[in-house]
Amino acid sequence: MKKTVFILIVSLVSVAVFPQSSPPGEKYTKAMEKLVPSIDTLWNGDGLRDLSNSFERIADAEKTQWLPYYYAALARVNAGYTLLNGSNAMGGNADKTDPDAKKAEELLNKAEELSKDNSEIFVVRKMIAILYLVGDPMNRYMTYGPAASQALETARKLNPENPRVYLQEGLDKYTTPEQYGGNKEEGKKILEEAIKKYEAFKPESSIHPNWGLNLAKRFIAGGQ
Amino acid sequence: MRLRRKALVVLILLAFAGFANAQVTISGRVTDKKKPVAGASVSLKDTYDGATTDSSGRFSFKTMEKGEFTLLVTYVNYKPYEQKITVDKNPVDIDIILKEEITELSAVTVSAGTFEASDRKRSTAVLDPIDIVTTASANGDITGALKTLPGTQQVGESEGLYVRGGTAAETKTFIDGTLVNNFFYSSVPNIAQFSRFSPFIFKGTVFSTGGYSALYGQALSSALILESIDLPDRSSANVGISVLSLDAGYQNLAKDKKSSWGFDCSYTNLGLAFAVIKQKQDYSTVPIIHNLDANFRIKTSRTGMLKYYGYFSNSKQAFTTPSIDSLGYKDKFSLNNTNLYHNLAWRENLGLRWKLNAGFSYTNNKDDISGGMQDDKKNDVVLAGLEFKKFGLNRKGNYFNGKLVFERRLKGLSAIRFGSEYNYSNDKIIYTSFNGQSYPGSLTEHINALFAESDIYLTNALAAKIGGRFEYSSVLKKTNFAPRISVAYKLAKGTQASLAYGIFYQNPETRYLPSPYALTFMKATHYIAQFQRVVNQQSFRAEIFYKKYDNLEKTMTTTAQETAINNNGFGDAKGIEFFWRDKKTIKNLDYWISYSYLDTKRDFLNFPYAITPNFAAKHTSSLVVKKFVQKIKMNLNVAYNYASGRPYYNIGFDGTNYKFTDLGKIPDYHNVSFAINYLPFIGKQNPKAFAVYVLSVSNIFNIKQTYGYQYSYDGSRKEAITPTSRMFVYIGVFLSFGINRSDEVINNGL
Repeated sequence: MKKTVFILIVSLVSVAVFPQSSPPGEKYTKAMEKLVPSIDTLWNGDGLRDLSNSFERIADAEKTQWLPYYYAALARVNAGYTLLNGSNAMGGNADKTDPDAKKAEELLNKAEELSKDNSEIFVVRKMIAILYLVGDPMNRYMTYGPAASQALETARKLNPENPRVYLQEGLDKYTTPEQYGGNKEEGKKILEEAIKKYEAFKPESSIHPNWGLNLAKRFIAGGQ
Repeated sequence: MRLRRKALVVLILLAFAGFANAQVTISGRVTDKKKPVAGASVSLKDTYDGATTDSSGRFSFKTMEKGEFTLLVTYVNYKPYEQKITVDKNPVDIDIILKEEITELSAVTVSAGTFEASDRKRSTAVLDPIDIVTTASANGDITGALKTLPGTQQVGESEGLYVRGGTAAETKTFIDGTLVNNFFYSSVPNIAQFSRFSPFIFKGTVFSTGGYSALYGQALSSALILESIDLPDRSSANVGISVLSLDAGYQNLAKDKKSSWGFDCSYTNLGLAFAVIKQKQDYSTVPIIHNLDANFRIKTSRTGMLKYYGYFSNSKQAFTTPSIDSLGYKDKFSLNNTNLYHNLAWRENLGLRWKLNAGFSYTNNKDDISGGMQDDKKNDVVLAGLEFKKFGLNRKGNYFNGKLVFERRLKGLSAIRFGSEYNYSNDKIIYTSFNGQSYPGSLTEHINALFAESDIYLTNALAAKIGGRFEYSSVLKKTNFAPRISVAYKLAKGTQASLAYGIFYQNPETRYLPSPYALTFMKATHYIAQFQRVVNQQSFRAEIFYKKYDNLEKTMTTTAQETAINNNGFGDAKGIEFFWRDKKTIKNLDYWISYSYLDTKRDFLNFPYAITPNFAAKHTSSLVVKKFVQKIKMNLNVAYNYASGRPYYNIGFDGTNYKFTDLGKIPDYHNVSFAINYLPFIGKQNPKAFAVYVLSVSNIFNIKQTYGYQYSYDGSRKEAITPTSRMFVYIGVFLSFGINRSDEVINNGL
């Protein structure tokens, strides 16, 4: 008994003394598990940029994991979206939003280098294209418009069960003014489909992408 | 005992563990010397630990790591900062000073004299590419939009850009770096011609009203630098139908998106429009134009691109106007033009910060012009004393321009550029007089140029461009050297001041050559000071300039030809210009206002003495308004152009001297144009087709416009030069399949 206690203590101590010698996967997973849920809850520019930096640090330290780069890009593009609130949608604000779009793009490119043909990465690719687009719609909708829809279609092709593809499609439909082809009811329908996909969706691990369900629900309930 | 020893070990281990477990705080402050840097990312390299700085630039984080680490601080527009630190039991507090990185986004731009329409450098772009073509008074013509900018004149009786007291010949146009000859359709008396190229084959436009780069020469006043588009986004087909023309095209993008090809053909016939809108001219052949263009573009590497654009055009027209020389008779004019243009451009990254830009262009242009007189029954006649009015003019031009530019990036944004340019031109003219006698003429010219230029970014706030250009002309058998210097200083974010100085040379115009006299280069010296502020969708700029002309060509009329005789001409131009654009104040409304004051005089050609030339108005101003109405999916565009009365004069020859036989000022010029674009498909997601309906009306208030006066041969009678019709209405529909090219189609046809 005493021996057991002793071994237990020693092993605990050694874990504490040599944290780096513990399996890297475990530390990585724990760090990621701590950060990933914020993606669904945080909606504040500085907070998201801080979150993005945290993911980027993990990504740079790990070097072979696509997920932290992916989340870093996602947090960054969301940070860019927070700048759009209340701004003149047609006027464009590229000076403000482009730095976030550019940074997100750099991070996502790194994620893509580590994981090719990844549906989730193409969803974020689409979000970045839209962020660029709204920065200067008059000049950019001819290039970033098709780029965004192409990215989303690629995401769908790579994984037709990815709920975030439907989430993005539904949100676009819902938030676009009617004269531009938007339609709240149709948008809701797509979001309902997204929810079904969410219910069926099994993320590969606790830290793989699984965000967006609450957002879909909020819009179906008529929120913004 | 054994147990005790074990306990001791445990104790030691525990103590050590406690010691090891102690987190160490690393904190500090990040500034750029002057102010805190908020939002910077601080990290312990190769660990997960780090933080983001707060609004006062402070950061603090805890780490359990021990040993030697690199602290890395990064923030956009600053150079990454690295510092070795030792993490042990003591907290670390560290102050970090970041150095600004000189980037295109934050650096000052050397902008004196230039208007840039481009998406690339948002910070300096005063106009976007779309603006070029959604300006109501532009009629879909690139130069039409540029005429709403300060520094340009509202000259309606002939084509071209008249910049800051300069003639149209003093503005040169370049596509992908090489000179374009015959940028406009061939001249027709008293009717301004359009530029040949669709505005939508260009992605970037730099319009310099002075002080431009040493890469460009042979233009005393202004350079219009156009950059053609790279690969299209998608394959697409388009069709356009309007009261003036039919147009169809196809662009094919390869599956791997590394190459594309395309063509476009159009047929223009003004018969229908002229049947409805009465013209001053009586057309026996209404203007008919056949255009065909083709292109291919190949990505030669990740950054390399090879582009070809080829253009063929044939146009003809013939008309009569009541003759001012002999009442009851008519003057006849006919023109048949064939133009062939090829442009090949290649850019490549050579590695080790070297870049290559190569361009070649070739033009073959033929004009068949004839003049004569008719009686009231439309029979050709030759009147005694007016025999010269019957003539034939056959012009053939072959032009080649090649340019090679090497660029080496230096530290930051600084770069050095150098290269050479070769221009060949061969003009053959046959003038046939009323009695069938032919007077052939020919002129071959080689101009060789070497140039070098350096962009020097001292800091983000201070930059300079210093260059020089050396030219040799085979016709003049002379060389010149033209230094160019400009400096820009950033006063605050978005606010900057620039200065520019430069010498510009140009050969006497080919139309006054060959000459039996020894001639030299004409010369202009530019001094420009500019203030610019571009913040939040609002732009303001003010520029003052002084331009001095030396060695301008003087001419003399000998048998039927006006020939350059010496370079004793001179002149100057000074003025102040303002530009204000606001996209912010009113939602979905975008407007700009420009105003120019110009004070210029010159003695050139056959002027008896220096006066203000007839292409220079003292005050010019434009207001352009664009309103997008989301509800009805319509774009409403209005433009108002104003110019104070320009001088007019007639120059007569008394046998020994030229004299002004008449002098005056034309009335002020006003023009209000209006255009509506209806885009029913806008915003539809992934539609297969797009349609744009266009209605545009020029001179909507039907104001009488006078461009100048023309005189009878003997100078005894004068007559106002006016637009061919007071008002013009244009209606068209454009369809595009495969890709949303709504904007493009709008403008191809306007």
